[in-house]
Amino acid sequence: MFFKQRASEKLGDELLQGNMRKAKGKFVDGRAKAVAEFGVWEEVRAHAAKVRDRALANLDAYLVEFEANATRRGAVVHWAETAEEACAIVAGIARDNGVRKAAKSKSMVSEEVNLNEALEAAGVEVIETDLGEYILQLAHEPPSHIVAPAVHKSKEQVAELFVKAHGKPRLTEIPAMTREAREALRGHFLSADMGISGSNFVIAETGTTLTVTNEGNADMVTTLPRIHVVITGIEKVIGTLEDFATLIRLLPRSAIGQTVTNYLTLTTGPKMPDEADGPEQMHIVLVDAGRTKLLGGPMQEMLRCIRCGACMNHCPVYQNVGGHAYGWVYPGPMGSILTPVYVGLENAGDLPNAATFCGECAVACPVKIPLPDLMRKLREQQFDRKLRPWPERMAIAAWGFAATRPALYAFLSRVGARVAAWMGGSDGLIHRLPGLDGWTKGRDMPAPQGRTFRELYALRQGNRR
Amino acid sequence: MAARRGILARIRKAQGRDGEEPTAAELAAVREAIARHEVGPQPPFAHAPDRLAQFRKECDRLGTTHATVSSLAEVPAEVARYLAAGALAPAVAGWGEFAGLDWAGAGIGYRNRPADANDATGLTGCFCAIAETGTLLLLSSPAAPKLNALLPETHVCVVRAARILDTMEEAFALMRSEAGEPPRATFFVSGPSRTADIEQTIVIGAHGPYRVHAVIVP
Ligand code: SF4
Repeated sequence: MFFKQRASEKLGDELLQGNMRKAKGKFVDGRAKAVAEFGVWEEVRAHAAKVRDRALANLDAYLVEFEANATRRGAVVHWAETAEEACAIVAGIARDNGVRKAAKSKSMVSEEVNLNEALEAAGVEVIETDLGEYILQLAHEPPSHIVAPAVHKSKEQVAELFVKAHGKPRLTEIPAMTREAREALRGHFLSADMGISGSNFVIAETGTTLTVTNEGNADMVTTLPRIHVVITGIEKVIGTLEDFATLIRLLPRSAIGQTVTNYLTLTTGPKMPDEADGPEQMHIVLVDAGRTKLLGGPMQEMLRCIRCGACMNHCPVYQNVGGHAYGWVYPGPMGSILTPVYVGLENAGDLPNAATFCGECAVACPVKIPLPDLMRKLREQQFDRKLRPWPERMAIAAWGFAATRPALYAFLSRVGARVAAWMGGSDGLIHRLPGLDGWTKGRDMPAPQGRTFRELYALRQGNRR
Repeated sequence: MAARRGILARIRKAQGRDGEEPTAAELAAVREAIARHEVGPQPPFAHAPDRLAQFRKECDRLGTTHATVSSLAEVPAEVARYLAAGALAPAVAGWGEFAGLDWAGAGIGYRNRPADANDATGLTGCFCAIAETGTLLLLSSPAAPKLNALLPETHVCVVRAARILDTMEEAFALMRSEAGEPPRATFFVSGPSRTADIEQTIVIGAHGPYRVHAVIVP
């Protein structure tokens, strides 16, 4: 199913619509307040884009430097070209160490490569420990947002899932639900053999990986089990601890308007002799899975992404259809670019078109990714590779023919405006458009009123003279 | 190793560099850029005239409670007061650094060891604190287990006023000069654990502590 079908399904889902409305204000208002308080947002944004670009421009050297330092500190660095390779590496580590249970903190790369399925096939029980991810694991659903994965669920829906999973009386209050999940998950943290986390950035200078959370689950996952596996993308490398300090001022503010998350943990190597806590082994899996396809061209800028979710929070399309309509792990504007590149333009259907081009995402993006421009480039590629349906291509070709001939364009728009005004009837609204009934099914189109823009413009110029 | 070679070669090809691996000169250039440790622009409030006031303000915002005492010897009495006020049991699992204080005199059972799942309160020190964000920075070591700040429902942290710095960058510089490199766990704690995963409603106490209390000593 393509975006268009999924989106119209979601637009008809009243429960989802209500849940999405509740979330929207909190994200957008929270960020706006944090940015206003900050004072030097644009300066820090520019610096953040610069430090990301610096590492991306020499990505191979930064990765090799990271690998050298991480290895020196006792971690084992693995490289995976594809999703399958990444899964095989982690499953292999589990097998070699007799792992029965793995506790996971949130990792979008692990969603991307379908790690849970691979581990389960290898006989490992996988427990998601981020509250949102835990809820979705119980519901057997993928995340619908990269920061707030269960944003599409109401508390009543969560209560229902908990009754089934925990076998306890139904709860009505969110704090009680949170405590019940805490208690259910505590035992898993203490009994897991393997902890799996992502890494928001990896730091070349020190060979460090890191987690950014509010719940503290990533700290359990990276501290308690005897094996810690980090799975992350090759584009996450940055140079220094100072670069991290810059980026982390932007990330939680952009995501939910927080000045800082409750926990930031830099993890460098496994535990030292005599230490009471920490894993005996630390493995880091660096995953490509399509990222190198973005390098060296205009799309390279997309790799600056720090996965804050601001672009989707500010997107009017996302706000209405939610994350599942996008069909893969990355929703919203960033997903409309990453999905076609990672899974192939021919498999991504309407995604580059799932935008109104209002430009809000580019304004919100903390690392200044020109998201609408990149989407436009993908649309062009779709057109050139004849991946759009023929009526649409014909229509665009016809429009192009007319638009480059001013006299013809003026004539056609004059006639078109009159016909549309006539179709609008007495209420000035067009209820059905022949051939475009998909568009008018859920909304009316306001009919053009009076003259065309060009007629009015000519008239004004005439009056002035 | 084939994957490593493939990825590095693809990166170089896409970015128009010859060969399959970064050259010695390229690596040297990266190390040089790193060694500059360039500090980016910082928000004005990160360098507040009254650093302690800024630290307290951010702690309030995050839900970290705090108290100031006039000497290290007064810490047990402050901890006893804090636990009693919250109707919490007068027992802590703490770092060895503070085991020599008169805990018995304050009516507190002090267990000098890493916390386990049954401890209600953990006591730690910190490497430094950061005023910009009201953050406590803990560096792991055999003498400073992270578990005491993570597993118990209450975390009490002793902060030396002279170790409150303005920014994270200053903390990193201090870490380089005193410890050389980051230890296994460089742990920034900013308030009690929380989640907003159900209906974006903030709930205090997710997987980590429900309460964080900073005791500021001279
Ligand atoms: S594209 Fe920009 S706004 Fe969107 S998630 Fe990435 S960093 Fe955030």
